[in-house]
Amino acid sequence: MTRTKAITLYVLLVLGSLLALLPFYWMITTSLKSPVEAVRFPPTMIPENIVWQNYPEALRVAPFGRYFFNTIIIAIFTMIGVLITSSLAAFTFTFIKFRGREFLFISFLAMMMVPLPVYIIPGYLILARLGWLDTYMALIVPWVVNIFSIFLLRQHFKSIPISIFESAMIDGCSSFQFLTKIALPMVKPALITITIFSLIGSWNTFIWPLVMTTSDAIRPVQVGLAYFMQEQSTDYTLLSAASTLVIIPVIIIFFIFQRRIISSYMKSGVKG
Amino acid sequence: MSSVKIENITKKFGEVVAVKDLSLDIKEGEFIVLLGPSGCGKTTILRIVAGLEHPTKGKIYIGSKEVTYMRPKERNVAMVFQSYSLYPHLSAYDNIAFPLRIAKTNKDRIKKHVMDTATLLGINDLLHKKPRELSGGQRQRVAVGRAIIREPSVFLFDEPLSNLDAKLRVQMRAELARLHNELKVTSIYVTHDQVEAMTLGERIAVVKDGILLQVGKPMEIYEDPKNAFVASFLGSPAMNLLQSEKYKFLSKYGKDKIIGIRPEDISIVKSGIEATLDVAEMIGSEIILYLKLEDETIIVKTDSHTYAELKPGSKVNLKLKEDRIYLFSATTEERIKNN
Repeated sequence: MTRTKAITLYVLLVLGSLLALLPFYWMITTSLKSPVEAVRFPPTMIPENIVWQNYPEALRVAPFGRYFFNTIIIAIFTMIGVLITSSLAAFTFTFIKFRGREFLFISFLAMMMVPLPVYIIPGYLILARLGWLDTYMALIVPWVVNIFSIFLLRQHFKSIPISIFESAMIDGCSSFQFLTKIALPMVKPALITITIFSLIGSWNTFIWPLVMTTSDAIRPVQVGLAYFMQEQSTDYTLLSAASTLVIIPVIIIFFIFQRRIISSYMKSGVKG
Repeated sequence: MSSVKIENITKKFGEVVAVKDLSLDIKEGEFIVLLGPSGCGKTTILRIVAGLEHPTKGKIYIGSKEVTYMRPKERNVAMVFQSYSLYPHLSAYDNIAFPLRIAKTNKDRIKKHVMDTATLLGINDLLHKKPRELSGGQRQRVAVGRAIIREPSVFLFDEPLSNLDAKLRVQMRAELARLHNELKVTSIYVTHDQVEAMTLGERIAVVKDGILLQVGKPMEIYEDPKNAFVASFLGSPAMNLLQSEKYKFLSKYGKDKIIGIRPEDISIVKSGIEATLDVAEMIGSEIILYLKLEDETIIVKTDSHTYAELKPGSKVNLKLKEDRIYLFSATTEERIKNN
């Protein structure tokens, strides 16, 4: 690459990153403005007076501690569920031969294309029948099967030579022992990817819990944020303060697993 | 340690018949080699004995017990794969210990067994390493270690040496022979390499197109092949096979015959059958001459170095050792006894 080409590329990348960072900047600065300054026109780029008070205020007007707790509970149980179901399903789709396996798998994949609004009403009706509305069950159980995770894990299982499976069978393994002692340790990176995707997914979920829950005792953080958006008015400063708090855990996860997240997105992109 | 009885096994994959009504008795403690070209069904037979495939027809016995539809783990067999199939995330120690861990053997016993096995195979220094840090030969040793640690009643080897380089192959071959002498466990060894078969096998079973052609001690098969395929498959270079009616000097054997003669049973004389030298290969103690006889190639093996100087295109006179000639029917390729 020539020098000019490199410079152009970097300038473009920097501009792109600035553009992507702008909403974050806006959120953080707004969270430090006074309500009047937040809606002033033309807007100010740097807060005139830094109002730290927005943070404790946001936490005071809405039960954010509870929301965080709910989200963590939902995220952890969903993640455990996803890891279990995708391991078992991917194992079956890779190592067990049965009639109609490929058809079933393709049907699974086809389900991925059904958008949320299509199944939100049937989902609601089912949960209502089960009496699970406004419980953790409504927010965890429907999400413990994740087709993309099954797909991702199956791709990784497929890279395990069949002779390793056979050799384990001869060594006396049951299928379950093979899964836990050989196959899963061999695809650790994929498991980490699935864990991250699942955690981020749970963290960001909004529509589903909004529809399926009514009480603060169950609602997760994203729904909690909506508290600041009322029909008549939106409290931008408190909303921004709360939003800033909500994204902190995700940013921490991202920084810890940065490399893994990027590579797994690339991989799933190339393969899928 | 057990005998193995393969009884009228047929295996079809869809329309393809991989093994056809094959029966074979393997004695307790015997080392038998299944020999045949690629795709002849020998690996399928091994996999049926292992329990990785079920036969379409027929039965398998290990000892006196029928195991045809039993799962691999219920058969107490151990298998060494061509690709080694070590568990990549486990160290050599853990790979070898794996079958015992699955069998819930106590820790001290596992340790003792692994150490004994490692000593037997000379891999004590490698135990902490992961498979990717080991060379081909070392991996193969670990794979053998994992197989023998369970003290199985039958060992199954699926072309275990074919991924190794020539020198290592010879060395591992000798080690496998030594190991069998020490352990005396019934072994079934699949290979397409006739030298491996001859050196390792107490008996050899030659398989072609899923059919068992001949079983016997290596020298029996070499000296007394039942048909032209077996005759040409054992021995290196392969036996020369000539059509009787094509050559005048073979007319005395009658029509519709294939005449077989091993390269070492042809001598070079002053006057005899005339042939033209194509290529001369010097392999140290011996020379292999590829000669043109009309449009066919005839191979001659000689230990006389004087022929190394021959130029391609020079004329050579040959004499076949009459008493070493094998006769086969040109239609069935079956052997016709002439001596």
